[in-house]
Amino acid sequence: MTTAGSAGPEELRIAADEDVVRVRQAVRNCAQRVRLSLVDQTKVVTAASELARNTLIHGGGGLARVEEVVDGRRRGVRASFHDEGPGIPDLTLALADGWSSGSGLGLGLSGSRRLVDVFELDTEPGGGTTVTVVKWTR
Amino acid sequence: MTADAEPVHRLAGLLRANGDTLVRRWVDTAVEELRGRSTGQELERDFREFYTALTPVVEETARGGAADLGELKSLLEEYSRTRVKQGFTPSETAVSVFSLKRVVFELTESDDDPKLFREVLAFSSLLDGLGLFTFEIYARAREEIINEQSEQLLELTTPVVKIWEGVLAVPLVGTLDSARTQVVMEKLLEALIETGSDQAIIDITGVLAVDTQVAQHLLKTVVAARLMGAECVVSGIRPQIAQTIVALGIEFGDIVTKASLADALRHALRREGVDVVRQAGRTG
Ligand SMILES: Nc1ncnc2c1ncn2[C@@H]1O[C@H](COP(=O)(O)OP(=O)(O)OP(=O)(O)O)[C@@H](O)[C@H]1O
Ligand SMILES: [Mg+2]
Repeated sequence: MTTAGSAGPEELRIAADEDVVRVRQAVRNCAQRVRLSLVDQTKVVTAASELARNTLIHGGGGLARVEEVVDGRRRGVRASFHDEGPGIPDLTLALADGWSSGSGLGLGLSGSRRLVDVFELDTEPGGGTTVTVVKWTR
Repeated sequence: MTADAEPVHRLAGLLRANGDTLVRRWVDTAVEELRGRSTGQELERDFREFYTALTPVVEETARGGAADLGELKSLLEEYSRTRVKQGFTPSETAVSVFSLKRVVFELTESDDDPKLFREVLAFSSLLDGLGLFTFEIYARAREEIINEQSEQLLELTTPVVKIWEGVLAVPLVGTLDSARTQVVMEKLLEALIETGSDQAIIDITGVLAVDTQVAQHLLKTVVAARLMGAECVVSGIRPQIAQTIVALGIEFGDIVTKASLADALRHALRREGVDVVRQAGRTG
């Protein structure tokens, strides 16, 4: 898998509510460029929305990186979210449907995992969190 | 550096000695570059202030110290912001800064003291940095203006309409961030009371994505409305949104959903005791 595309990776700061909207728009633009179907566009945009908001709310803000990827004939969108927040102490719990340390529905992490093709989570208590997702064209 | 050393910083000396002339030429050059979009009088005051703050910075830079750009930057910030509001392009604003370089080059070009040459080079890159800074300010100011406008739009674009006696509708459009969803939902609850309605239709045909936060706002509104004795119907869930909601794992429970606004309206009217019947064609 290689990064590609005329437009290079786009880096966006996540520090406020409106940044989440901006990330969502960047992911939607990228998804349209690689010609994901409407359903897959909506899925990856929604996943990005969840992860960006987790970065903001639980991670205390951070950085999103959005880019096109190519694997043979497939093209895709990769979005990764990085923060230097508290990290996730119990991954099993965090990835369980309906568990939230706050007052959320607790579906953001587990749900976005189901919305994408690749879901990688790297976290360490006290050492921040990075989540990377990819959605491929079919 | 000892106090009785020769003043070795020639450029700073020149800037001080030729202040009035340089500022005047700078203003003339900028007016020319801006093709009359600004008058000399307007520019003169700003330029003079900037020039006064610039000279000690040039001195400090020549001395090899890290000069404090704070005052210069705040002057530039004010200048750039005013220009944005007046509709100047970012290049037009940056040109005001760059044209000072030209004026200083003209003053020093006939002098071939290598030390002065180095000082002019440093001066030039200082101004380059400040010129770029005006671009940054421009971008930031634009963003602020856009945010302001979208907040105003937020207020304007949340129409809660009464479509029948006892029935309200809110069409949600575009990107729903949490602020917007919350505003809409609050307005809806208020309108239910004001109009004495007991049914509401939340139409999401125009919504691009429903994530957990939007869903949570929707769910909370429906529950709150119920506590107030009103029933909500969510209509216009498009296929891609439906599939995403299912994959996310959001459950809408016993909330009534309808494919289209028309279906939702028919449902609401029936509950109001109104039957919509298609008139039979006349028989001949
Ligand atoms: N970037 C992060 N840094 C620290 N903790 C996180 C991060 N992302 C998720 N978590 C933890 O994982 C939990 C589950 O996340 P998830 O997104 O599933 O639910 P939520 O954000 O609480 O609610 P919602 O359903 O509204 O997203 C969070 O409550 C939080 O404790
Ligand atoms: Mg979440």
